[in-house]
Amino acid sequence: MTAHSTLAFTLYPYARSADQDRTTPAHHKVIVVGGGPVGLAMALDLGLRGVPVLVLDDNEGVGEGSRAICFSKRCLEICDRLGAAGPMMDKGVVWNVGKVFHDDRLLYEFNLLPEGGHAFPAFINLQQPYFEKYLHDAILAAQAKGAPIEMRGGNRVTQVTPDATGATLEIDTRDGSYTLRTDWLIACDGARSPLRGMLGLGFDGRVFEDNFLIADVRMKADFPTERWFWFEPHFKSGASALLHKQPDDVWRIDFQLGWDIDRKAELDPAKIRARVDAMLGPDVSYDLVWTSIYTFQCRRMDRFRHGRVLFAGDAAHQVSPFGARGANSGLQDVDNLGWKLAAVMAGQAPDSLLDTYEVERIHGADENILNSTRATDFITPKSPVSKMFRNAVLDLAATQPFARTIVNSGRLSVPCTYDGSALNGPDSDQMPPRSRPGSVCPDAPTPEGWLLNRLSTGFTLLTINADAPETLTAHGQTIPRLALTTTPELTARYLGSANGAVYLIRPDHHVAARWETYDEAAVTKALARALGKDA
Amino acid sequence: MLITTPNLSRPDDSYARLIATHEGLSEAESHALNARLILILMNHIGDADVLAQAMELARKA
Repeated sequence: MTAHSTLAFTLYPYARSADQDRTTPAHHKVIVVGGGPVGLAMALDLGLRGVPVLVLDDNEGVGEGSRAICFSKRCLEICDRLGAAGPMMDKGVVWNVGKVFHDDRLLYEFNLLPEGGHAFPAFINLQQPYFEKYLHDAILAAQAKGAPIEMRGGNRVTQVTPDATGATLEIDTRDGSYTLRTDWLIACDGARSPLRGMLGLGFDGRVFEDNFLIADVRMKADFPTERWFWFEPHFKSGASALLHKQPDDVWRIDFQLGWDIDRKAELDPAKIRARVDAMLGPDVSYDLVWTSIYTFQCRRMDRFRHGRVLFAGDAAHQVSPFGARGANSGLQDVDNLGWKLAAVMAGQAPDSLLDTYEVERIHGADENILNSTRATDFITPKSPVSKMFRNAVLDLAATQPFARTIVNSGRLSVPCTYDGSALNGPDSDQMPPRSRPGSVCPDAPTPEGWLLNRLSTGFTLLTINADAPETLTAHGQTIPRLALTTTPELTARYLGSANGAVYLIRPDHHVAARWETYDEAAVTKALARALGKDA
Repeated sequence: MLITTPNLSRPDDSYARLIATHEGLSEAESHALNARLILILMNHIGDADVLAQAMELARKA
């Protein structure tokens, strides 16, 4: 993505700041570099916690192109906490069914079969510019209510000098350059992260020798709202192909082109149309909305934290698009980092709590890279023997259910469970594994609304058929109790075979610890641990 | 009775290991490895009827 390209939406036009007229650099608490999905969500999370945050972006809004289109349930739950999920759900396309083809035959279809009793579906499809715009709309709404968030478009960071207490930034604008000082710097500046480059930090991993062509087309077609994936399609438009619906009658079409291609020739609209025509048939009329050829790598930084500089989203880790694990994992980075940074800045937690951001999210990144790499290896086999096995799996998948569990056109993003995290406290073996310490709280209906909506912005003490005081005050936190009684969903998702349940839930809705009965000393100890005070 | 319903405890892990086992081998070496692997798995399965069903299924798929 080149800077200053055409914008889909102008959201934060350049405006001269008083900081540019100062003789000594203005001092900020937190500067976020990058106004993409991750940077916007980061600013929103911190701002809603009352942490003053300044976002710098070299553009003035959202770039063109659908780009990321698949947003996961967990991503929507996080956006809901940030006040941005409503318009995403209104605009987005919900889908559940996927079909897998080999050549000209349908091998099988799958249904994501969403479990009932959750506020959000497994996925929605939505063009990235809308996703970013809705996050920005939520920032405007938060600003109107006094959230200390400032956006500066047309501000390009050209130099960064980190030190023990923060960082000094040189910034270029159309009115010339100026200097800023910040206590904390969060780099959300994407896969090509200029900040990472300026700091000379590595970004190693595996390059996949393949090119993929995206052709987003607008058409009135009666294809169902399903994800269709072809291995070696009969229409020969690519070694694999994908068809997936987006809002506004736009369809994502993706063709695998191979490694040795003439990019310029392949981007010729006539050539793209020939590929699309072969796939859709001669009678379907459509407009090309956005086309792009991409290659990808699976890689991450060794460390996401470098003192007072923290990396999040694609700047820290990059995956292939198969599995929708890019933007969705970036939002989980935000979810993890926001409350920790706020707690450290407020003096409620030791600085080392931020090291657990790195540990937990590297765990997530490695899981995403593993899944994404395996999907890519299945879709684009790297050796004749690998291709032979791949096609053997496909041949069997048409009739043999076991082989379908091996077919891999992308293992779709599910939230990471922080098993083994130092922040996790006691577990109860009477309760379901899905809500063990480290996992994301499963949503559930309650008489007063969705469970996740009823959790506090800080820690929450959730009790089910168990006594506890209405609030617990310890370690600088005032923790409200959410008292619930049994429902079928709560029993299945939280209680298991226990008579009662007491859950300590982190601000990012991950379970910190759980017990069958309330014990103030035990909960206080687990709270200290979840705040990183136990090290 | 041959099991044809999903039975792999970690399908992605096991498939990735299978492909990795072949890494760096020539085509002839891969064929030989596959032959050894099938014989090892045959011995593990043991039951002649089950093996016959598996061979028939592989032949007609």
